[in-house]
Amino acid sequence: MKRRDFLRSSVPAVVLPTVINGFSVKAFGSESPLAQLLNGSTPNDHVLVIVQLSGGNDGLNTVIPIDTYSNYFNARSNIAIPQNKILQLTAKTGLNPAMTGMKALYDEGKLSVVQAAGYPAPNFSHFRATDIWMSASDSNQVIVNGWAGRFLNYEYPNFPVGYPNNTMPDPLGIQIGSTTSLTFQGPSVSMGMSISNPTNFYNLLSGIEDPAPNNNAGKELKYIRLVAKQTSAYTTVVKAAADAVTQQAPYPTPNPLADQLKIVARLIKGGLKTKIYQVNYGSFDTHSLQTTTTDPTAGSHATLLKNVSDAIKAFQDDLKFLQIEDRVMGMTFSEFGRRIKSNSSTGTDHGAAAPMFLFGKNVVSKIWGDNPAIPANVNVNDNIPMQYDFRSVYASMMEHWLCVKNADLQQIMLKDFQNLALVKNPDCVIIPPTTAGTSYLEIWGTPFTQSTTIKYKTDGGHTLLQIFDTMGRLISTPVDKDLPAGSYSYDYNSGALPAGVYYARLQNGPMQQVKAMIKVR
Amino acid sequence: MDRRDFLTAGKTKKAAPVNPIAFASPTRTLSGINPYTGPWTVNEVIHLLKRTMFGAKKADVDFFAAMSMNQAVDALLNVPLAQFTPAPPIKNYANSVDPADPDNAIAAGQTWVNINTNDGSVDSNRTNAYRNWWIGQMVNQNRNILEKMTLFWHNHFATETDSIGRAIWCYQNNTVLRKNALGNFKQFVKEMTTNTGMLRYQNGYLNTNTAPDENYGRELQELFVVGKGADNATQGYAEADVKAAAKVLTGWQINGNTNTAVFTSSRHDATNKQFSAFYNNTVITGRTGATAGDLELNDLLTMLLSINDPSLHICRKLYRWFVYYEIDAATEANVIAPLAQIFRTNNYEIKPVLEALLKSEHFFDVLNQGCLIKSPVDILVGTCREFGVVFPDATTDYVGAYNMWLILNQLSFTFQQYIGDPPNVAGWPAYYQQPQFYEIWINSDTFPKRNQFTDVMLTSGFTRSGKKIVIDPTIFAKSLPNPGDPNALISDSVTYLFRLPLLQASKDQLKRDVLLGGQTSDFYWTNAWTAWIANPNDTVNANIVKTKLKDLYMYLLKLAEYQLA
Repeated sequence: MKRRDFLRSSVPAVVLPTVINGFSVKAFGSESPLAQLLNGSTPNDHVLVIVQLSGGNDGLNTVIPIDTYSNYFNARSNIAIPQNKILQLTAKTGLNPAMTGMKALYDEGKLSVVQAAGYPAPNFSHFRATDIWMSASDSNQVIVNGWAGRFLNYEYPNFPVGYPNNTMPDPLGIQIGSTTSLTFQGPSVSMGMSISNPTNFYNLLSGIEDPAPNNNAGKELKYIRLVAKQTSAYTTVVKAAADAVTQQAPYPTPNPLADQLKIVARLIKGGLKTKIYQVNYGSFDTHSLQTTTTDPTAGSHATLLKNVSDAIKAFQDDLKFLQIEDRVMGMTFSEFGRRIKSNSSTGTDHGAAAPMFLFGKNVVSKIWGDNPAIPANVNVNDNIPMQYDFRSVYASMMEHWLCVKNADLQQIMLKDFQNLALVKNPDCVIIPPTTAGTSYLEIWGTPFTQSTTIKYKTDGGHTLLQIFDTMGRLISTPVDKDLPAGSYSYDYNSGALPAGVYYARLQNGPMQQVKAMIKVR
Repeated sequence: MDRRDFLTAGKTKKAAPVNPIAFASPTRTLSGINPYTGPWTVNEVIHLLKRTMFGAKKADVDFFAAMSMNQAVDALLNVPLAQFTPAPPIKNYANSVDPADPDNAIAAGQTWVNINTNDGSVDSNRTNAYRNWWIGQMVNQNRNILEKMTLFWHNHFATETDSIGRAIWCYQNNTVLRKNALGNFKQFVKEMTTNTGMLRYQNGYLNTNTAPDENYGRELQELFVVGKGADNATQGYAEADVKAAAKVLTGWQINGNTNTAVFTSSRHDATNKQFSAFYNNTVITGRTGATAGDLELNDLLTMLLSINDPSLHICRKLYRWFVYYEIDAATEANVIAPLAQIFRTNNYEIKPVLEALLKSEHFFDVLNQGCLIKSPVDILVGTCREFGVVFPDATTDYVGAYNMWLILNQLSFTFQQYIGDPPNVAGWPAYYQQPQFYEIWINSDTFPKRNQFTDVMLTSGFTRSGKKIVIDPTIFAKSLPNPGDPNALISDSVTYLFRLPLLQASKDQLKRDVLLGGQTSDFYWTNAWTAWIANPNDTVNANIVKTKLKDLYMYLLKLAEYQLA
């Protein structure tokens, strides 16, 4: 049957929460999402691990701008990391001192940073922003399924009917650490089909379970749980995979993220063909006492970052130990960054764009984009403008790591996104970056009072020019069309906009650039 | 058709896979039928309602919690007269292709129960309409025990629509079940014996003096009235008693034009019927004439009910329906025997037995709470009721309503409790098959389907002809006392949906993972809820709240705890 024939009659899959080592585990079945994915592209055994940092990670204290350190310090003097404590990655950019593990990964060529990932018109609600990141929707668009779910559904549209099978005996995707995630939710209403249930993996790896009382109710409860476990399509394979691995490299403890990644490594090494894993760690919602009042390198955020960094480093070392390093790529995301300016509670409030980390042996190890521009005088509501649409990272990961065809990508991601060569992957075609050393975007006349001229260059094809304010709100979209290669200019009239900092963002193919422009009275 | 034929005939129904694992039973309670005097809290109300109705709807819990325990049980048992005779099923199907078929005279939306059809496909449509109608009665049940008792008696006086073969007779059988559900058992058996559906199902209409058919005479004793002892394996009556009873029951036929039972004296065996020592060597005097059938039937039932076995048999079945399947020596002595005594003392009135049972300390014993595995119909109807699923109004949109009831019917079939068609005359094995009993409902085939049902109800819902049944989780959440508080929301949800508690750690995990989206501050949920309440038309707010509630209930309803009542 042709894949597209499935689409109309497809029965959606569902997610089943459960618990390993106290973590909920959701198994997403499908054989074909990736199997068919692989039919339509190059077969590979690649795995993607998504690390959700829930709560909104403070990007500026994670990836710290050295080249604009004084502005950074001025904006958040009560929590600013001392310049001499920054773990330097490049001359311009460094990491929080708690992140020695990820610094080491960077030095090994296994880590990259995508600066200021976000989306136009950012939302500052945890729930809504998380939904946007998981659904890969526009800010003003409610999409009730997730990007990975669409991906799996597109490739295995008939799931769960006929699964598991010989081609894909394993869950399509596994989530550890949360009972629910929009990320994996498939697109169709029929996706509401259970392939498993919450009790499936209880006790699988010494997890917790609500006790069954010693009476008839408890007797029947135990009976039903037993049937539930016997019934799950994937309990056996998951348990077999977990049991197959008896030796792993050491992980830090206590470290809730490391606990989860350890399970992931175990399941990958154990032979599961599962393509996508998601783990969850938080809360990064550091409104207060993000650092201690006396030491900006200590406190809750430092602990969070240390755990993330140590866990990912240990995971990467374990992958090497288990000899599966070639197969696995990871990426982090958080629903938003935090405000540029800190608050008086030694914390930071909900913000906008923030860095994402990509890790793995095959990562193109570099820092994507520039440090966020931080004004000398920061207002309380100022936010970091996006440089990269986070959906470009998803799309590029799928294209370059999971080898999804570009044409399929547009259907999964709902529109065309910038193509970033994030991965060294001989299995997929890589489009080399073309932006090195070239300035594609210039503001002629800034500061300006009413109008300024935006000069931009395109290599041809779809060209997008956007204007944002410091809240990340999309003010206007002067250009959004296919253009012949060449240089162009646009006279921007700011109309009734208040004085302040605005950003012009140009996107053309794999390239994007952001420039600030300042309106004065 | 003979039950034994069923057992060997190629049944199309899928046999329930038997799970060989059975857990040892924990110690049973010694409590008896003394009136319960313990706490009367929401917990006890929910226990009472989940057992006597389909699901414990929050509004119903509130209603009965405002009463005393005695008042609540009385209210459940005292069904207003009119409710015993609901409006009959209607024509929701197309006319016959045969222009002469009398069914064509029935307008769409009008009842067919009084007019015959000669068209098999019309009758099949009627049978489906009847089945849907019955589900509709359960979905729209009043605040009393009637629907659970009607289904109890269907399981007891089991008949199958495909054997009865005429929808009108199926419906007539149902009217006997409902009318007598809380009445007098002797009168009930009398009416059931001469019911068109039962006469057809048990071949009573073929039972004549020249060719006696023992089918009904046997089941009357083995299943319907006398039973086979506490172990369900000790036959006290003799084979001769089966033959003698069959003779008593000769002469009944069905008038297919009027759809009534008729007694034809010439087909009746007028000889005296000699019964065994089990019945104290009773002789039922043979009679002739138009009243012979009624008189001898009365004598037969009087004789059957003169011994203690029937009262014990019925009380055991009630016990297994309302309390638990295991009846040990203590339960037999402390509960079954005294209930049977009440049954006999009250001339086989059903209500006093139910009253004694439902008001007893045994019924409310904590050891008897939460141990009943929900039947398929209980899961299907109960879920719809507890979550306030909105069905089309049958008075203004009967097509839509019947279509939605049909969805539940089809599900009940795949869940292996097809209303109107139990597997055989013994009813559903969950109520008699040792040692598994209710556990038979849950197996590798049905359990995933139960989960799938609640999943689909919480996501897309089930759609047919443009109408849909779907759970709007906000309806249930809004009915709870403090849904804006994530702790209260989860805690109260567990209280109303489950009969067993969850660990605080589990609830905290659920709260954090689902309602708080991984955050630690309760106010994120509170804010989302408050924002939605303040502006329910805001799509984004609504989506956040509904998605989280949907995820919460998808999780809870997949827990094993949800299968227990």
